[in-house]
Amino acid sequence: MIKIEALAKSFAISRGQKLSDSEKQDVRYSKKAFHSVRNVSFDCGSGEVLGLLGPNGAGKTTTLRILSTALQPDSGSVLIEGVDVLKQPVLARKKIGFLSSSTGLYGRLTAYENIAYFARLHGMSETALKQRIEELFTLLNMHDFANRKADAMSSGMKQKTAIARAVVHSPKVVILDEPTTGLDIMTTQTVLDFIRSLKQQGTPVIFSTHHLDEVASLCDRVVVIDKGISAFSDSFEVFKALTTEGDLRQSFMAVINPTGNSKEHN
Amino acid sequence: MWQVYFKELTELVRDKKTMFFVILLPILVFPVLFGIMGLVVANVAKNAEAEEHRYVIINADKAPELTEALFYHKNFKKVESDLTEPDALKQAIRDNKFDLAIIIADDFTADVSNLTQSKWTVIYNMSSQLDMIDKYFNDLLSDYSKKLQLAKLDSLGVGGDKVEALLKPVTLEKVNTAESRENLGEKIGGFVAYILIPLCLIGCSYPAVDIGAGEKERGTLETLLICPISRTSIVLGKFFTVLTTGLATALITVSSFGGWGYVIGSLMGVDIVAKTMSTLGVTDLLLILMMLIPLSAIFASLLLSLSIYARSFKEAQNYIGPLTMVVFMPLIVALMPGVELTWSMAMVPVANVALAIKELIKGTMDLGMLLAIFASTVVIAAALLAFCVSWFQKEKVLFR
Repeated sequence: MIKIEALAKSFAISRGQKLSDSEKQDVRYSKKAFHSVRNVSFDCGSGEVLGLLGPNGAGKTTTLRILSTALQPDSGSVLIEGVDVLKQPVLARKKIGFLSSSTGLYGRLTAYENIAYFARLHGMSETALKQRIEELFTLLNMHDFANRKADAMSSGMKQKTAIARAVVHSPKVVILDEPTTGLDIMTTQTVLDFIRSLKQQGTPVIFSTHHLDEVASLCDRVVVIDKGISAFSDSFEVFKALTTEGDLRQSFMAVINPTGNSKEHN
Repeated sequence: MWQVYFKELTELVRDKKTMFFVILLPILVFPVLFGIMGLVVANVAKNAEAEEHRYVIINADKAPELTEALFYHKNFKKVESDLTEPDALKQAIRDNKFDLAIIIADDFTADVSNLTQSKWTVIYNMSSQLDMIDKYFNDLLSDYSKKLQLAKLDSLGVGGDKVEALLKPVTLEKVNTAESRENLGEKIGGFVAYILIPLCLIGCSYPAVDIGAGEKERGTLETLLICPISRTSIVLGKFFTVLTTGLATALITVSSFGGWGYVIGSLMGVDIVAKTMSTLGVTDLLLILMMLIPLSAIFASLLLSLSIYARSFKEAQNYIGPLTMVVFMPLIVALMPGVELTWSMAMVPVANVALAIKELIKGTMDLGMLLAIFASTVVIAAALLAFCVSWFQKEKVLFR
């Protein structure tokens, strides 16, 4: 269970920085700061998969980075199982698993060592982490390359290792930032299967994506972020029913450009 | 923190590039380079000594003894020339017709009755650092002058002990209060600092780039940041890794030089190394190490701060270039001849440590000053480390 309320985050603009014309038109730019995230609220219950949609630069990554406690918001609250992430970041981090398509591995460490390193940082004991890694290797079918260095792995193997690393500490919430961007079809399937298995275990998953087919096949809830504001936050069915055609692309466009009868829903 | 430290070390040990910089470079490459350098220098000197210089002598008949000595000297070869004017001779030397022109004064006579000073001229290219012409010719001339002196004194009725009393009324017996190690330390102490300090910097810089900017470039930094350990622990773990490699490089190099020096020394029968090692006590070595630790800590914090700020390997390396220059500047100042360790020099970072190492090797270190240098270096290192830690908390540094 994760609940996000009225998140806001701005980045200072350095004095010498010149804004491009398109940036000047963006309502989020003021003279001193770029208000990347202005007002984002949503929640996600156990066993639910939440899809985060939005144009490039809308504030999705910033939002997810705040959720993962890598960034500190200016205002708002993030509650994970009742723990305020902002007040107790170290405690909250134990409850979060984070993965993005650009997440790297340490190339000179083996799959096992990569995972074990993060398990140790999460404070797991040697016996517990051995058992858990064994479990994950079986689950993700990784035994063949457990002792191969990450530099010598295929992208599919790397992604599996990254997944195992993200969930080695059995997180209560899993956050994925565009987990399938730039991956081939096989590897994408690995990621999607992994999201499905988390859903079966009742772990809430929040992931950002540009692929509407992934949203259709996995998501229970949909949030659309536009210009730093959660413009839509409701169940997948409501999102689909935004336009009479039931086409997700049209629904998305209706949220981004609210013209005619499909108006704001937040 | 130690989790981070051990993991970074494991990773570095597996990296061929780091191993090259930290171990192979000092153990094999440097000694070979220095060896080649020494051989080249020795060869150049040897060649210069063996070189034959063509000379022209004007009014040779006025000083037949000198002319003869020149003629039979193995490094001089007589060349015939019609030129007599200094300007013409100068031009001929420039045109490489010969190397040296000696003009004996027209009015010179070797006769004992002549009691006037005579002014001769030598013309040659003096730009060489190894001025062998000067050395050889002066030797000949002073022999010749001595003979004339004795003959003239004799004709004036001065002989026996009176000659010495007249030519050298006073002789000096020099008693050196400096121990032999002080002399040796003055010669090699600066050199040791010159090798040790840059090595600490080099040893720090590659790992710093790898575990700062490299982590950003690989995309592992974000994952690390959301682990339930504080960012301070992460930085400290990384800091100690960089510090370790910096010191390891310096230590490995010193022992490799010592080892190679011993091998070469015992093979060639040179006992400089044995002499050096015997003058340096264990305490001195430990004190040198003690000075290097906070200095390496300064390097490690600076490099790590730069590296964490950089977005990529390349960017980090661009920042490190100028930093190296900044470090070298005080080092060069410290090693200039005549620069002594004074209280004001003791306050200049890097330079003070270089001078302290020199003094320690000489065995003339002032303990109070040593402590002051150590303390000031520790303070700077602590300030920079604190800066590095707070730098690592800044979002605009981590997510650029």
